Amino acid sequence: MTSFVDALLLNAGYNAALVGIGAALLGFAAGASGTFLFLRKRALVSDAIAHATLPGVGLAFIVMVMLGGDGRNLLGLLAGSAITAWIGLLIVEWMARRTRLSEDAAIGAVLSVFFGAGIVLLTVIQTMSAGRQAGLESFLLGSTAGMLFQDAVIIAIGGTLAVLATWALRRPMTLVAFDPEYAAASGYDVRLIDLAMMGLVMAVTVIGLKVVGLILIVAMLIIPPVTARFWTERSNNLIWYAGILGAVSGYIGAAISAAAPAVPTGPIIVLVAAALFLFALLFAPARGVAAAVIRHRRFQKRVHRRQGLLALARSEPILDDLTLKVLRAEGLIRPDGVATDAGRAAAAKIARDEHRWDTAREMHQDAGLTGRYDGLTPIEQVFTPDEIAEFDRRIGGPKPVEGPG
Amino acid sequence: MGSEFVQLSLTPLLIGIFASVACALPGNFLILRRQALIGDAISHVVLPGIVVAFLVTGVVAAIPMLIGAAGAAVVAVILIEAIKRLGRIEPGAAMGVTFTTLFAAGVLLLEQSDTSTVHLDVEHALMGNLESLIWFKAQGWHSLLDPVALAALPHELGRIAVVCAAMIVLTVIFWRWLKISTFDEGFAEALGLPTSAIGLGLVIAAAVAAVAAFDAVGSIIVIAMFICPPAAARLMTNQLKAQVLWSVVFAVLSAVLGYVFAGYGPLWFGGENAVSAAGMIAAVSGLILALACLFAPHRTRIGVAKEEATA
Repeated sequence: MTSFVDALLLNAGYNAALVGIGAALLGFAAGASGTFLFLRKRALVSDAIAHATLPGVGLAFIVMVMLGGDGRNLLGLLAGSAITAWIGLLIVEWMARRTRLSEDAAIGAVLSVFFGAGIVLLTVIQTMSAGRQAGLESFLLGSTAGMLFQDAVIIAIGGTLAVLATWALRRPMTLVAFDPEYAAASGYDVRLIDLAMMGLVMAVTVIGLKVVGLILIVAMLIIPPVTARFWTERSNNLIWYAGILGAVSGYIGAAISAAAPAVPTGPIIVLVAAALFLFALLFAPARGVAAAVIRHRRFQKRVHRRQGLLALARSEPILDDLTLKVLRAEGLIRPDGVATDAGRAAAAKIARDEHRWDTAREMHQDAGLTGRYDGLTPIEQVFTPDEIAEFDRRIGGPKPVEGPG
Repeated sequence: MGSEFVQLSLTPLLIGIFASVACALPGNFLILRRQALIGDAISHVVLPGIVVAFLVTGVVAAIPMLIGAAGAAVVAVILIEAIKRLGRIEPGAAMGVTFTTLFAAGVLLLEQSDTSTVHLDVEHALMGNLESLIWFKAQGWHSLLDPVALAALPHELGRIAVVCAAMIVLTVIFWRWLKISTFDEGFAEALGLPTSAIGLGLVIAAAVAAVAAFDAVGSIIVIAMFICPPAAARLMTNQLKAQVLWSVVFAVLSAVLGYVFAGYGPLWFGGENAVSAAGMIAAVSGLILALACLFAPHRTRIGVAKEEATA
C-alpha cells in the first residue's frame, strides 16, 4: 500500500515517476483521440489497428537481429509496429470501400489474420534466438516492470506529441465526426481527415504497446470517451473530459502496477478506466442509472398525484397505496384518507383544467396545441391567459369539491 | 505418411478442421447480420469465464470451463445490451467497453491466482497448443480400429467433434428460420417467428463453438474462423446455401494448409522447428480472403460500377 502511495506521489524512483507521467500523457492522448473515433462510430477500427501491430513488432525484431543489432530496441520495434498497423488500417479501409463486405467484417478479418501472422513470427523468433528471451510477449499485455529509462522517455515524448496533434486537429476532426457531408461541402478532404484521425489512433496505439499492450490498448481508446459521454452533451467538453479520464486511469494504473510489478500493467489501467466508467454509468447526472431511476420515480409521483386528485374531485375512493402516500406527503389528504382544504383546492384546479382541455379541444382544431394534452402538462404552458379565460367563460364558474361533511 | 503421421498429426489436424467448421457455420449468419465482431467479443470474454470456473472448482476440467465460458458470454451479451440502452451508446463502443474490461479482469484474476501448477496462462489461451494434442497410443492407421488406442485419444477431439456436429445439425434444422430472419427481420416477425430468440440463439451457439474451439486451439483461430471463411464465401456467390458450403470448404482448406505450412513449411526453408499452427491457420484463412477480395466473382458491392470498383 505504501509503495502504491509512493508511486502515486512520484516518490517511487525516477523511472516509476517517468512511467507514471508517460502513462498519464498516453491516457490523455488515447482518450482525446478516441473521442473522435467514438463520435465517428468507428470505435472498433482501433481494435484492428492494435492487433495489426504484432507482426510489425516481430518483423522489426528479426530485421534488427539480422542487421546485427539488439532486437529489443524499443524505437525500432515501435517503428515496425507502426508500419504493419498502417497496412492493416489501409486494408480495412480498402475492404470496406471496394468489396461488399461491411466494415466490421473487415475489422475482424484484419485483426485475426495479422494477429495470427504475428503469433507465427513470435514462434519463429523463439526458435531463432535460441536461449535468448526476446521478451516480446510483454507487448501483448503491457509491462512497465523493468522498463529502461530511455523507453520511458520515448513514451513520455510520444504521449506529448500525440496530445499536441489532437489539439491541432480537433476542429476538422469534430466536423467530420458529426457531419461528413457538410465537412466535404466546406472544402475539407474527409478521407484525408479520416486517415489523419486513424493515424493519430495508430500513433497512440504504438506508443501504448509497451505500457498497456496491444490487446487492451483499444480499451484506452474506447472506455474514456464512452465514460465522458455520460458527463457532458458538448463535443468540446467531451474531448477534454475523455482526455482527463484517460490520464487519471493511466496514472493510477501505472502507480498500482509500480507497487505490484508481477502483474501486467495493461489490465490494471483498463480496470481503473472501467471503474470510472461504472461510476459514470451509475451516478452521472441526466444519463446515469441513478438519475434515470429518480426521473422515473418523479414521473410516477406526478401521475399518482394527478390520478388521486381527480379521484378526490369525483368523490371516488382512493385505493392505491402509492397514491395515498403521495397525497398524504403533500398534505392534500388527512391520514384517514379524507381531503384537506388544500387537497380540495388542488382537486378542484385539476378537475377544472381537465374541463378546460375538453373545451380547448372543441374550440381549437390545432392538434399541435391540443395534442400536447398528456394529463401532466399544465394548461398554462400551452395556452395564453386570454385563451384560458375564454375557455372559462364557456365552462362557467368554478365548482368546489365536496368536503367531508 | 505412416504411423508417425497418425500419432503426431492426425488428431491436431482433425481438431483444427472441426474447430474451423464449427466456427465458420455460425460465422456465416453473423457476417450477414453485420455482427461479425460478436465473435471477437466472445473470444475475449471466454477467458474470465474459464478463469472463474477454475477458481471455483480448483481443477482444469472441461465441463466447468465450458459452463463458465458460456456464462461469461451470456454476461457479456447482457452487459453490451445494458450499456447500449442505459447510456444510449453505439453498439461498437458498448462492445469495446465490455469485452476489454472482462478480458482485463480475466487476465488479472489469472495472474493473481495460483495457476502455476496447472496449464493455464494467457498465451495458451490466445495461441492454443494444437501441436501438443498428439495421440500417444497410436501406432499406425490400424489404431483407428483398436479400442484401447482410441480410448487414449485427446479429449479435445471428441468434444470439438460433438460441437461441430451439433453446429451442422442446428444449421440444417433452423435453416429456414435463420435465412428468413437474417435477410428480412420484418417479414420473419410477420410470419410469427421469434426473431429476437433466433438472434440470441445464434450468439449462444457461436459462444459454444468459440468455447469448444478455444479449449483446443486458442482464441486467435476462433476469431479468424468466425470471419474469414464466411467473408470469403460471401464474395463467391449470391446464394446462401452456396455461401455456407464455400465457407466450410475454405475453413477446411485453411485448417489443413495452415497446419501443413506450420509443421513442414519451416523445413522447406531450412528451418528446424515448426511455427505456431494456430497462427498459421489464421494467416492462411486471411490469404484465402485476400484472394477472394481480389478475384472472387461477386466481390463488388451491388450498385458500384465495375470500373469504379476495380479502380
